Formats: sequence, structure tokens, C-alpha cells
Amino acid sequence: MSYKAKFKVWRGEGGEGKLEDFTVEVNEGEVVLDIIHRLQATQAPDLAVRWNCKAGKCGSCSMEINGKPRLGCMTRMSTFAEDETITVTPMRTFPVIKDLVTDVSFNYQKAREIPSFTPPQGVRPGEYRMQQVDVERSQEFRKCIECFMCNNICHVIRDHEENKPAFAGPRFLMRIAELDMHPYDVADRQESAQEEHGLGYCNITKCCTEVCPEHIKITDNALIPMKERVVDRKYDPLVWLGNKIFRRPK
Amino acid sequence: MEIERHEYDVVVIGAGGAGLRAAIEARQQGKRTAIVCKSLFGKAHTVMAEGGAAAAMGNVNPDDNWMVHFRDTMRGGKFLNNWRMAELHAKEAPDRVWELEAWGALFDRTKDGKISQRNFGGHEYPRLAHVGDRTGLELIRTLQQRVVALQQEDYEQHGDYEAYIKVFAECTITRLLKDGDRISGAFGYWRESGSFVVLDAPAVVLATGGIGKSYVVTSNSWEYTGDGHALALLAGANLINMEFIQFHPTGMVWPPSVRGILVTESVRGDGGVLRNSAGERFMFNYIPEVFKDKYATTEEEGDRWYTDQANNRRPPELLPRDEVARAINAEVKAGRGSPQGGVFLDVSSRLPAEEIKRRLPSMHHQFKELADVDITAEPMQVGPTCHYIMGGVEVDADTGAAAVPGLFAAGEVSGGMHGSNRLGGNSLSDLLVFGRRAGAGAAAYVDALPARPRIGQEELDEAREEALAPLQRTGENPYEVHHELQRTMNELVGIIRKAEEVSEALEVVEKLKERVRLVGAAGTRIYNPGWHLALDLRNMILVSECVARAALLRQESRGGHTRDDFPGMNPEWRRKLLVCSTADGSSITVEEQLQPAMRDDLITLFDRDELKKYLTDEEMSEFDGISK
Repeated sequence: MSYKAKFKVWRGEGGEGKLEDFTVEVNEGEVVLDIIHRLQATQAPDLAVRWNCKAGKCGSCSMEINGKPRLGCMTRMSTFAEDETITVTPMRTFPVIKDLVTDVSFNYQKAREIPSFTPPQGVRPGEYRMQQVDVERSQEFRKCIECFMCNNICHVIRDHEENKPAFAGPRFLMRIAELDMHPYDVADRQESAQEEHGLGYCNITKCCTEVCPEHIKITDNALIPMKERVVDRKYDPLVWLGNKIFRRPK
Repeated sequence: MEIERHEYDVVVIGAGGAGLRAAIEARQQGKRTAIVCKSLFGKAHTVMAEGGAAAAMGNVNPDDNWMVHFRDTMRGGKFLNNWRMAELHAKEAPDRVWELEAWGALFDRTKDGKISQRNFGGHEYPRLAHVGDRTGLELIRTLQQRVVALQQEDYEQHGDYEAYIKVFAECTITRLLKDGDRISGAFGYWRESGSFVVLDAPAVVLATGGIGKSYVVTSNSWEYTGDGHALALLAGANLINMEFIQFHPTGMVWPPSVRGILVTESVRGDGGVLRNSAGERFMFNYIPEVFKDKYATTEEEGDRWYTDQANNRRPPELLPRDEVARAINAEVKAGRGSPQGGVFLDVSSRLPAEEIKRRLPSMHHQFKELADVDITAEPMQVGPTCHYIMGGVEVDADTGAAAVPGLFAAGEVSGGMHGSNRLGGNSLSDLLVFGRRAGAGAAAYVDALPARPRIGQEELDEAREEALAPLQRTGENPYEVHHELQRTMNELVGIIRKAEEVSEALEVVEKLKERVRLVGAAGTRIYNPGWHLALDLRNMILVSECVARAALLRQESRGGHTRDDFPGMNPEWRRKLLVCSTADGSSITVEEQLQPAMRDDLITLFDRDELKKYLTDEEMSEFDGISK
């Protein structure tokens, strides 16, 4: 059942690089990451790739396979024709460190900028009471394995470096939604989502949802509801009036 | 050449559950803390834990309490556990789980809004706090977000997120540094650049996880190369219980590329059953004598248990992992296996499809995406996989302190807590309980220290030379050596062991040591996996030798150590721990050490009839003296 497949793999470091051609053995039941590992073991021992669990649970082996963001461990070779040339490149939105490995520190910076879970005063550990139906909304978002492919595909930053400072990306806008929907979170998330984390940049093209390996409905369940909450408040005539009357200038 | 240098109070090596909990504790106690991890922050192997965290909160069955949990843990470990650790663990696990909730974790709920708890092998009551079957991910994310929350506090106060806690991601420690007999820091390299880094710190907490990468079929990721075990040995600490390795009974067997990847025990906890090629529920044939009165003897009784636990005994699919793994192994060997060499695990005929998807979402996803199998429609094929090492650094139960002053360990890299076999669900709670204790232990140690130990230049030069060596050789490909080690351990020191085979493995390991000294890594220092593997090999070889030497000496079968030539459990061996150490940094010495007798108030928690199965006659007469 094994055959020789043609691969083009992006190789390079320090801002330079090119696609290199490989012919490599493929066996039944293998995934793209297996083939990358075979290249390491047989032809290119210093080929750089991130990976950990090899079961779609850690989100490390994000790469672009024939131009589409995919987890290498979750892309079965049987989905390609045997004579097809498979092109593997690093994620485009983040700077390349070497070969298939990119500098994803953007994501960790954004994670820090979002205020953490803020429970009400006086609830002690062990006293939390929540209904399953109320935790499920946020639980969907907590399935996220932080592969960062949603941020990688999002056109707001994919080819627009200049938007990066003002935009947290789908991953972290979803984190804000997760906290906003957490039954015990008391922080005000809605204004900052719009003003500080760039929710307004999102024009709901759903690219993030399409690439999510966990099948989280990022756009429908996190981003759109968040936009609605923001809009409800921003254009609520009572809130508007209240803001005019009661809020003192800073 | 200048080497990048940082000063900390506590350096935590490893960013899984134990490492993060230790770091959080050290920082909360005001210590400047570094977290060093081989991968990106948040990718640790803990994310793979599926079932849950065992904690006797009594949310589902109010009869549960720490004493029941303690008994289950000791039973699971075949009474070889460090009983003080088992006691602390059972007592403190609920607080550690509740604390996660205050940090934002969202566990599944009971009807009255408390944390839901599920059944698991070896646990008398439903005890595992869980989130579907992705509990490990929830735990890691919560701890990761807690670290970020602390960094945000520090930013408010000091204008610097990293003033008190910094993550060194994709950084690998290759040596611990010492000033005399005390820890003075750690030496490592950045994956990204290959440049070196020195962390100057009086206390180091090891939380590096396990050793699974010494085996071919394993549920463990590439990081599990026994780094902490080896660093501890090389620093002069002892390892105990290294012969005890848990082969998880249900790993995927097909396709070959995912062979070994875990199928959570919750599949069985939620009703899944094991069948052989004849369709027989074979586990009923494998209930060992010590567990006879605790497990159902008919399918009918076993099935009733899922809905009425008060009046029925549990099905034998929920026996401790070592028992189930051996049973599967025996069925396959007897020719009653599945087409791809495992047995069948079936939940499709037991629960409605929607219920399976709700309770086991990530298993459904994993089989669909990786094997193209729909578990709601057909059975899975499963077989044993190297999953967890019970053995590790010998530590003080209360503080996590190792024999070397300034060295601490927590989680899988430490030894004792689980005895000869770990119960499912006891790992996540172990990480939290002993991660916190090791962090606190390290903080207290630093407070009591009169002066900071210093790092010597000579030691740094040696560490640097050792790390650079593979790049300067044009020797054998490290991948070849690694494969041979994995094959050897799998075939000769695997789930069933015998003296000749283990001795043969030791001979191979001796030869591999020579080959490791000669491996070469092509390419530059920048993100070079061949070079990294060449360095990891030192650790894998040291650890494999410990496993094999201890396995050869222990002439009995207990928990995660099964000797074909010594099939029974021997009460004399129960009291003995095998302690591994190295004097020359290359060869391993093993010595026997007596385990202290259980405290009176703990041993009297057990029935005499049960203890009789494990203790010597002499110990039994001592027990009779106490219990009068």
C-alpha cells in the first residue's frame, strides 16, 4: 500500500528561503506530519517543525498545506491523489523562524492584554454554583487548542501588518466572548472589545470558523453575539443618555 | 563567549500541570519565578489528559471522602505507595479543584449546579471532575491563564509583565548546576536560536513529566524523554520505583501512524465494553483474586451498576489499568484479537449516538479525523500503550524536596505517590496537590537560605561543551539510535518481562551508550531537531537503564511490573523500594531500601481481610497489635 509522494516544503531561515522538492515514501493511514517526520529521519534531519501530541489536541503543528491552514497531524494523506504534489509552507501571518516554524509571540502578547477572569467579591472556592446550560456557551470556546490558525487566516492581519497592534484576532476576541458569557465574570468586556481589541475590524467572513480544527463556531457563536452586545449598548438610547448625563470627563 | 544569564529565586522546569501550579505557588509567595518549557506555553502533555481530576468532593455520591479516596489509591498502587503522599493527595485534591474554578475553569455540572463527577477505574465512587473528555486542556488553560493574571497584576504594580514570573518557552535545560552539594541554577539552550542560557537560582523544581519516548508504542509526545529524571540523577538525586510503568490498556492500534494514542478510560466509565474477536466480554475471565468481591461476575449485574451503584458491583472493564492491559495482552496473544492486533472497545451498541457525542466529543472527533471510524456506529480497536511512569525522583512528601538541597520535583517526574500503579484521574489531582507543595517547598527553602549559591565557570564550560558536541561530529544519525532504543525497550522491557529478555536489553543499552557518544547532528544551531534529539538521547538511555535494572531485580509481579518468571505478588517485596542513582553520570546503581510502615491511623482504615492479601505475617501481627 505504500507509494512515493512528491512534496514541496518551504525551507529557510533569517528571512530567506525557498520551496524544496522531496520524493518520500507514504504508507497507509499516514498524515502529513508523518511524512514531515520521515523527511527528518531520512533526508533532512534539521527540518524544523513544531509538534507535540500528534492527536489534534495541542495545536502545535499548524502549517499551510496546499495553501490552506491545517494541522499536520489531522491531515490524512488519503485525502490527496497519489500523483498530486503536496506543498507545505509555514503560517503566513507570523514571521518565519525556520522552515515550518513561525514566531507566534503576537498571540501571547494579545492574550496578556485581555483582563483575566474577574469573579465577584466574596464567592469562595467551592461555592460556585452554575447550571450546565449556562457553562456550555463558554465551554465551546474553551475547546480552543490555540493552534492560532484562525488568527493566521484572518484577512484583517494576514496581509496587513499595520492592523496587528489594534486587533486581537478571532482567537482572543473569542476569549473576550468566553469571559463575557462566563456566569461568574463581572468585568465589563463589551466596550473594551470594541475600543481596545478591534472587534469592529471583523467583518464576519467566517474564514476563522472554516479553519478551526475543533469546529468551534467562532463567528456565529462568539464574534457575532459579541458585536450584538456591543451594538445593543452603544445605540441603546437610555445608555446613551445615561452616559451623557452621568459620566464625567476623564 | 558571553552566555545569556538571568537571576531567579525559583526555576521551574516544565510547564504542564505540576510545573504551572508550582510556579503559581512560588510567585504567590513572592518569589521571582521562571518557567522553562521545551514547547510553546500551553502545549504541555497535560492537555492530553481526558478523563478528569480525582477529588473526593462528594458532589455525586455524598458517601465519598478522603479516606475512601486514600484507600482506592493505595489499593490501585498495590500498597506500595508512599502513604503520606497518598494521604495528602486525597485530603487536598478537592481544594485544588475548587481553586481552579475561582481562576475561571468551567467544569461540567451536576443538576444542583456543583462540579459533576464521573466514574473511573479503581475509584469506588464517581469522583473525577471533568469537562467532557478534554479535562487536561481545561486544566492547562486555566493554569496558563492564572499565570497571565499574575503577570497582569505585576504589570499594574511594576510596569513589567515579567517582573515576577517569566515563561522561557521552547527552551531546554540540559544540566542542573551546583555549588558544592547545593543547587545553584540550570543550563540550557533556546530551541529557536540554539544559543545558551543560564538561569541562576538557588531552587529548581523539576516538573518534566515522563519517559514514554523510550518506547515505540506510547501515548506520550516527543517531549517525554525523561529529562527531569536524568537531570535529577546527574545532580545526585535518587529515583525510586522505576520498574513500574503503566501501559494504558486502550491505545489506538490503527492507523499505524497514531498507534499508541490514547482512548480515554471514560469510554468504559460511561458504558463502553471490551470484546474479543468471538464477541465475548472477556474481562469477566480476568478478575484477580484480590478484587473478587468488588466486581460484577455477570454481564447483567455489571450493566445494572451504571444506573444503580448502591446495589450492584462494577463491571470488570473498570478494573485498575494494569489488570485490563494484561487481559488485553493475553487475549491478543491467544489469537482472539481484532484484525489490527487489538481488541474491540464498543460504545456504539451501548449508548445513543447523540449521547456518545455529548459525553465523548474528543474521542468521537479523534477517531473520525484520524482513523475514519465513527465510534457511534462501530467499535474501536484498542490495545496497550506505554502511558505513564509511576517511578521518579524520590521526594519528601510534604515539600517535594529531593535528596539534593534546592532540588524539588512534582508530578510524573516524582515517584512514590502512585506506588506500583496509578489510578486514572489521580494524575491531574497529583499535579495540582504536589505542584503547589513543591512550589511552596521551594519558596520556603529559598527563604531559609543564608546566601545564594554561586555558579562556577568550569561547570558552565563543561555544560556548554557537552551540548555542542553532537554538532561537531559527523557521526551516526540520532534517529537510528533512538529507534533501536525504543524497539529494545518495547520488546524486552515492555508489559510482560522475563529475566533473560531484560538482561538482553541491558546489553543493548550498554552498546547504545557508546553509539550515543558518537552521534552527529547535521545543520546549524537554529531550530535543529536532529541536534535536540541527540541531546535528549543521553536522558533516554539513563532512564531506560534505570527501568531495566530495577525490573530485573524485582522478582515479583505488581502493578506496572509483570514478570513472566515471577507471576505472583510477594508481600516481602511490598516493603522494598528499588533506588537508582549514578556516581559517574553514565552507569546506574540500584539499591534496596525499606519503605516505612504506614501510620497507625491510616492502616486501620483498611479491613483486616484486605490487608492480609498484601502484608507479610509479621506485618499482620503488628496490625493486630494496633487494631486491638
